[in-house]
Amino acid sequence: MLYNVTDITIEGVLHSAQDMEIQGYRFVTSSCVDNGETLDIYYHYDKDLVLKQYKLNVAKGITIPSISKVFFCAMLVENEIKDLFGVQFSNLVLDYGGKLLLSDGAPDAPMACGGQIIVIEKGKE
Amino acid sequence: MLEMLHNIVKNFMKGPSTRLYPFAIRKPFADARGNLVGIDEETCIYCGMCQRKCPADAIVVDRATKTWTMNPYKCVVCGVCVEICPKKCMTMGESHRTSTKKMENVVQQKKAVEAPPAPPAQE
Amino acid sequence: MKTKTSVIPFGPQHPVLPEPLQLKLVMQDERVIEAIPAIGYVHRGLEKLAETKDMNQMIYVVERICGICSFMHALNYCHGIEEMMELQVPDRAKYLRVIWGEMHRTHSHLLWLGLLADSFGFESLFMQAWRARERVMDMMEATAGSRIMISTNIIGGLRRDIPADLQRQVLDMVDEVEREMKEMEQVFLKDYTVKHRLVGVGVLPKDIAYKIGAVGPVGRASGLAQDMRSLNYAAYKELDWETVVENDGDCYARTVVRVREVYQALDLIRQAFAKMPEGDIAVPVKGFPDGEVVTRIEQPRGECLYYLRANGTKNLSRVRVRTPTFANIPPLIHMLPGCQLADVPVIVLSIDPCISCTER
Repeated sequence: MLYNVTDITIEGVLHSAQDMEIQGYRFVTSSCVDNGETLDIYYHYDKDLVLKQYKLNVAKGITIPSISKVFFCAMLVENEIKDLFGVQFSNLVLDYGGKLLLSDGAPDAPMACGGQIIVIEKGKE
Repeated sequence: MLEMLHNIVKNFMKGPSTRLYPFAIRKPFADARGNLVGIDEETCIYCGMCQRKCPADAIVVDRATKTWTMNPYKCVVCGVCVEICPKKCMTMGESHRTSTKKMENVVQQKKAVEAPPAPPAQE
Repeated sequence: MKTKTSVIPFGPQHPVLPEPLQLKLVMQDERVIEAIPAIGYVHRGLEKLAETKDMNQMIYVVERICGICSFMHALNYCHGIEEMMELQVPDRAKYLRVIWGEMHRTHSHLLWLGLLADSFGFESLFMQAWRARERVMDMMEATAGSRIMISTNIIGGLRRDIPADLQRQVLDMVDEVEREMKEMEQVFLKDYTVKHRLVGVGVLPKDIAYKIGAVGPVGRASGLAQDMRSLNYAAYKELDWETVVENDGDCYARTVVRVREVYQALDLIRQAFAKMPEGDIAVPVKGFPDGEVVTRIEQPRGECLYYLRANGTKNLSRVRVRTPTFANIPPLIHMLPGCQLADVPVIVLSIDPCISCTER
């Protein structure tokens, strides 16, 4: 059971981050879930051991504004979401271009639906 | 200076603080999970529960030919198969398996029961 | 006349690092001006396995994210599912989880103390710290079956119990480790050469630590009093402990925090054994979970967050792990500018990097 969840839209991402900074919250992390057609991105904030979440539901292919100018620590997790789910972020402070976690021969966006686990046995097809 | 001397004398008198392996080998603890040895072929009913529950997909059970195969290089020695076996026929050894030159699976099969001799023809 | 800058790559292979991490250091003479991290050398894609393994098999996958905090990963995962399914874990299981959790914290901090001594060349102290750690490893093998991946957590409680004769052996181990720790503390905290390498190196002030998201001993050494054990999971509410905080924010303060946490963990083990009630160690589990949950616990390196989403079948639809070293890399990038090149290994080790946790 998730407590303290507020739904936002794309315009609300930067606004909610600035709001949280003024109120003294710290950024914990952000989680991405693939629903098939859309993506759910959660932003988790914490103050005095109480968590507050913002949930953003977007269709695939939309560019999301990055909050790394407000919270520098969000830079790493947004690069990870970009690698694993193929989401584009605008205004990232430090952009690894999809190569933070994945290496050169890796499949694109492996965590998104449609990426399958392929087992290759030695000596067989 | 005196403290250092006291320390040196104490360390000389105390003896080694590590075990002198391989001359002194520690006995393995009871219930330690070393490696999965295998099954008891007569008791096993080949239900396939161990295959379904294994997190590493290391066991393959063939009910038709009564064969139980285990890949010891995929097994993570978690002990789930030993716990959920309905007949409790699996054994787990206490020490880790030694290295081998050739990678082989563990294959165990139920011995075929001989057919009883045909009854003598009716006179 | 402007002096030129040069870029030196630190890592990914380096004798002092336990796991591969690359830092590109922009240097001017002997001073570091900027540091850019690069990770991705041990990415295994473990979160993807949640789609094919069912929720009971996933415990063993999640445990293998990290070797040093393995019990805590399984604990966090089981705690999340128990919250989703509203299961009440029996009291004896809660105390046993505290005991194994604090044994993991002890062995993790002893491992780190050894690596720290190795990083400034003090190899005999490194060997002594790891000898003390071996006693903890022996007790883990005696109580749970193996040294590192103890695999005792299941959904609804635990698989194994600690009977009375093993309890006495564990308490003897706690006394021996405390004696050895008292001897090593004299060297780690009071020796002149060790202090010269640690005091004033890699300072992280309190307000920057809060804003940049420092967790665990890194945050607590800068004055932030946050410890996820205050969330009262397992049996921490019934035990007597307080958050260990230091105020200086340099490498010496982080060492003091971890040394004090070792004593605190040994004390918590003794308290838990004294207060543990008799009873069952697991409740039966019926049905499948549905919904989503966020849980956090305190691993040896800091705050670990799990987001789980289930849809009523035996596979969970999403397992998302945010490990403490992932949150401690931005503080590292902040601490490095301004230090000398020879201090870089000590600073990198002082955040206790566990890159296999970071990349999963």
